[in-house]
Amino acid sequence: MRSFWSITLATLTKDIRLEWRSKDALNAMLFFSLLVVVIFVFSFDPLAEESRHIVGGLVWVAFLFAAVVALNQTWARELRNQVLDAYRVSPAPANALFVAKVLGNFLLVSVLEALMAPLFVIFYNLRALGPAWQLIPVALLGTWALVVNGTFFAAMSLRTRSRELMLPLLLFPVSIPAVLGMVAATTNILTGENSAHFYIVLLLTYDVVFTTACLALFETVLQAE
Amino acid sequence: MRASEIPAAVGIISVSNLVKQFGRFAALRGVDAEFDAGKFHVILGDNGAGKTTLLRALAGLAQPTRGTVSILGKTPYDACREIGYMAHTSMLYDEMSGMENLRYFARLYDIAGDSRCEQVIHAVGLDPELSRPVGQYSQGMRQRMSLARAILHDPKILLLDEPFSNVDVHSAREMVGLLKGMSDAGKTIFVVTHQAVLLEGVADEFVWMQAGQIVDRTNHFATDSARAEEP
Repeated sequence: MRSFWSITLATLTKDIRLEWRSKDALNAMLFFSLLVVVIFVFSFDPLAEESRHIVGGLVWVAFLFAAVVALNQTWARELRNQVLDAYRVSPAPANALFVAKVLGNFLLVSVLEALMAPLFVIFYNLRALGPAWQLIPVALLGTWALVVNGTFFAAMSLRTRSRELMLPLLLFPVSIPAVLGMVAATTNILTGENSAHFYIVLLLTYDVVFTTACLALFETVLQAE
Repeated sequence: MRASEIPAAVGIISVSNLVKQFGRFAALRGVDAEFDAGKFHVILGDNGAGKTTLLRALAGLAQPTRGTVSILGKTPYDACREIGYMAHTSMLYDEMSGMENLRYFARLYDIAGDSRCEQVIHAVGLDPELSRPVGQYSQGMRQRMSLARAILHDPKILLLDEPFSNVDVHSAREMVGLLKGMSDAGKTIFVVTHQAVLLEGVADEFVWMQAGQIVDRTNHFATDSARAEEP
């Protein structure tokens, strides 16, 4: 078990170092999210009340599309020079690689959310009428839902010819329950009309189920040719 | 252990009725062979003969469609600590230095500290202090660093795919010297190459492949025409 976490940490550190040096994923994600915010601001000019009803959807759709950019990068790096094969021939557990990739993507998408959230607040003149602290568990659980499935499906589409197209085709349908939960919870918190409690529990359940399933299947995906 | 792979005798690397298909194309067509441990084997053949696929099957990277692979009495999956694999690409992260790469791979094998990484980098004739990213190395340096990664965990068996490709003659001869030293130290070495002449007098066996099968095994290197004239 110590070895598992030691390998996970080594892989996570390596991925952060590679991303810090190249900034491939972070730059692309930031640029994409910024574009979404600006385009939506110019497309609609909502009042504060209307914003509370639509911004939950806008925020999560922007983050979902931006996350796909990072998720594709995660594995592309491992394909260059067949580095993934070096991992496959080692005795390191497959799930250590998966957990490291999920944590890395979680950090990346969380950084993006932390940078973009103030922009959404400013551009849409947002102020939560419900308990604003609940946005934190919604963001954490929602982000985990996106990256755990995203990392898994990105690995699955790794060896397909058009993997950048394949990832959203696999990821988006599976993410629908989580996205609905995130959007509904965020809207409820912003408008203060209903409790977000049900959707937070839904997200938690979704995360547990899909994390377990991904961990159970990842070794098969990694060893597939 | 995978069901399709049944261990054979310890001390031998063996493949039995090994078939590997990619869709309708059969890269290996029923390969049967036993290779003595501790020997230097060179695998030769034209492009598409199945050399790389055989090496990947021995490494456990290509799952056989049919047949079995046994490495010292274990499956490749179970024998992974005994196998060092070098592909014709570097299998290294271009953005990191050689030492950073090896430090990461050392963790995968539970090797603590930098001393083993420094030792293997010295062994392949490079400098562990070199801070340049691997992407800026020359091809020869990259091949050496790739070899350093393959021998990092001191495996008993080395599987090397085209280790001399795109390397100048001088560097290639130096690598041959390194491999000879490892062979003399008792390692089992498999080299897939088109430059077999470099290994004349060094290798114990030359294995010839054609159309997914082993067609000949000799203890000296001879060109196709010379082999055809042999009794």
